[in-house]
Amino acid sequence: MATVELRNLRKTYLHEEIIKGVSLAIAEREFIVFVGPSGCGKSTLLRMIAGLEDISAGDLLIDGQRVNDTEPARRGVAMVFQSYALYPHMNVYRNMEFSLRLAGMPEAERRQRIGDVARILQLDPYLDHKPGQLSGGQRQRVAIGRAIVRNPRVFLFDEPLSNLDAALRGQMRVELASLHRRLDATTIYVTHDQVEAMTMADRIVVLDKGVVEQIGTPLELYHRPRNLFVARFMGSPPMNLLPATINAHDPDGTMQVRTETLSVSIPTQQGGLEVGAPATLGIRPEHIRIDPQGAVQGMVEVSERLGAVTLLHVRLPDGQMIVVQTGGDNTDSADTPICMTFEEEHCHLFDADGMALARSTDHPLLAGA
Amino acid sequence: MDKVAVHPPVMDNPAGRAARGRHLQGFVLQSPAIMLLLLWSVVPLLMTLWYSLRNYNLVDPTQQGFAGINNYWYLLTDPDFMTSLENTAILVGGVLAISVGLGTLLAVLYNEAFAGRGIARVLVISPFFIMPTVAALLWKNLMLHPIYGVYSAMMRAVGLTPIDWLSRYPLATLVMIVAWEWLPFAVLILLTAIQSLDMEQKEAARMDGAGMVAQFINITLPHLSRAITVVIMIETIFLLTIFAEISVTTAGGPGVASTNLAFLIYSRALLQFDVGGASAGGVVAIVVANIVAAFLLRAVARNLET
Repeated sequence: MATVELRNLRKTYLHEEIIKGVSLAIAEREFIVFVGPSGCGKSTLLRMIAGLEDISAGDLLIDGQRVNDTEPARRGVAMVFQSYALYPHMNVYRNMEFSLRLAGMPEAERRQRIGDVARILQLDPYLDHKPGQLSGGQRQRVAIGRAIVRNPRVFLFDEPLSNLDAALRGQMRVELASLHRRLDATTIYVTHDQVEAMTMADRIVVLDKGVVEQIGTPLELYHRPRNLFVARFMGSPPMNLLPATINAHDPDGTMQVRTETLSVSIPTQQGGLEVGAPATLGIRPEHIRIDPQGAVQGMVEVSERLGAVTLLHVRLPDGQMIVVQTGGDNTDSADTPICMTFEEEHCHLFDADGMALARSTDHPLLAGA
Repeated sequence: MDKVAVHPPVMDNPAGRAARGRHLQGFVLQSPAIMLLLLWSVVPLLMTLWYSLRNYNLVDPTQQGFAGINNYWYLLTDPDFMTSLENTAILVGGVLAISVGLGTLLAVLYNEAFAGRGIARVLVISPFFIMPTVAALLWKNLMLHPIYGVYSAMMRAVGLTPIDWLSRYPLATLVMIVAWEWLPFAVLILLTAIQSLDMEQKEAARMDGAGMVAQFINITLPHLSRAITVVIMIETIFLLTIFAEISVTTAGGPGVASTNLAFLIYSRALLQFDVGGASAGGVVAIVVANIVAAFLLRAVARNLET
């Protein structure tokens, strides 16, 4: 398996820069996920690594070798496409055999290797079937099988699960994760689905408008977003964001922050914002506690009961809406006044440029990260 | 056996009667159109069959009466008949080979992005809008004429002697003219087919290590196979009955060198005024067309299955 290194990769298309300098070092056997809203350039970046798009500037290294101008097939990468892109007139066996046949591999070896892969993916009964006769999940598996038989150094996945229904997507997600563990392959995976990103990735790369917003482990991104974009993008329902001002800061760095309706003190590292500076207070829905003695008051507008949890859409006295996640047995219905407590250790503070202020306390799950 | 209650079909329930009534009503309403179609196709067929068994020559009204199979016998033993069959096969095969072969390559070419593609596409399709007679005259007098022709001028410009194509190589020249007329049709159908090819398939093939040629053979050509079958079928139907081009350019000659079955029937009927012989030729043409159609339909049906 291989390392992949992106050095200031850029892609210009008709005078418009789509990828604006992406640098990233991917370790052997790492599972990297590119996420971002549609049009952020994540698929383009993947296609540049695959060799399907030219690289306008920068270097792409696989195993330390510059492969900018190497043909896709010679880069040792295999790709699974969103539409699967199976060859419709070839049966499953021929689909998987195609690259091996072009590479001039002897018949017996081809048969052997395809047999092995078909067994791993439970495709043995379908080797004679044409793609048109298979279900979505089976086609997906054939597409993965076609990538595996080539024994590539790097696997590339371009939104491979987006054409499947929700139940199958969950199942394939687990299969992909266990397949990755078994193959120990360096993998780059593009998705817009944060559940896929959070559950499968070793590290996530959040992209927006061709720029890397943050690179980190899933929990790093979730608990310590570097800026407002990542804070908004990761997590569902998204983080509550309230305009705020710095009221005071203590010598140890703790900021006294107030918004129109509440004030909290957030433990940040020293040398943060001046008193009176505008800021944004962020808190995830699950970090707001319903508490009869709570200092924050609000009125429930909508209550979404999801079974395991209940999402309360609460209007604060100044008219701002926030989402509170609480237990599935919550009985508050619309037009109920409630009191809440913001868990201060889980509050995020962003400066006027949208950058997060460094915290003085580490998240317990991120210790050592 | 499991016990299954079997009800006898109830013949005269009101719903069934209503359905039969509607069925009958539908048939009555459709029948004028069906009758007209029947008249249109069956009456000429029966008349042709009838004439083909009779002595019937327009310039010799004394020769009348039943001829038995004599008309067929004279036709099938006439060396011109075998030549005309051969010529028909060469015309159909030659035009198909050129229009499908070149048409596929042109379709691939015109699918690529290049400056002026829109205009080029219109130009490549435009010969299809020229009626056969005009197209044949254009080629005969404007392009290939040994004295005035553009082509001859080009030959002379480089010091060569122009060739009188239509008298030296009549059949090959006809194949060329008809292929020129039908190439746009093939390009049009194949181009629309190629546009529906999933680009990710070609990209996947590229990742699998397929070069341009391997992509064409393994991805593009199988994708086009259905459209190619359709082109072959439609073109064959029309190419079996080429007439205007032959009539305008060579009139079947020199001798019978460029006479196909359709032109042979015409010459029997309207040059020799032998209605009986021409009708026999017509019946043979129907048989030939049906044999070809049977093969084609089977091929198409197999191709459209999956």
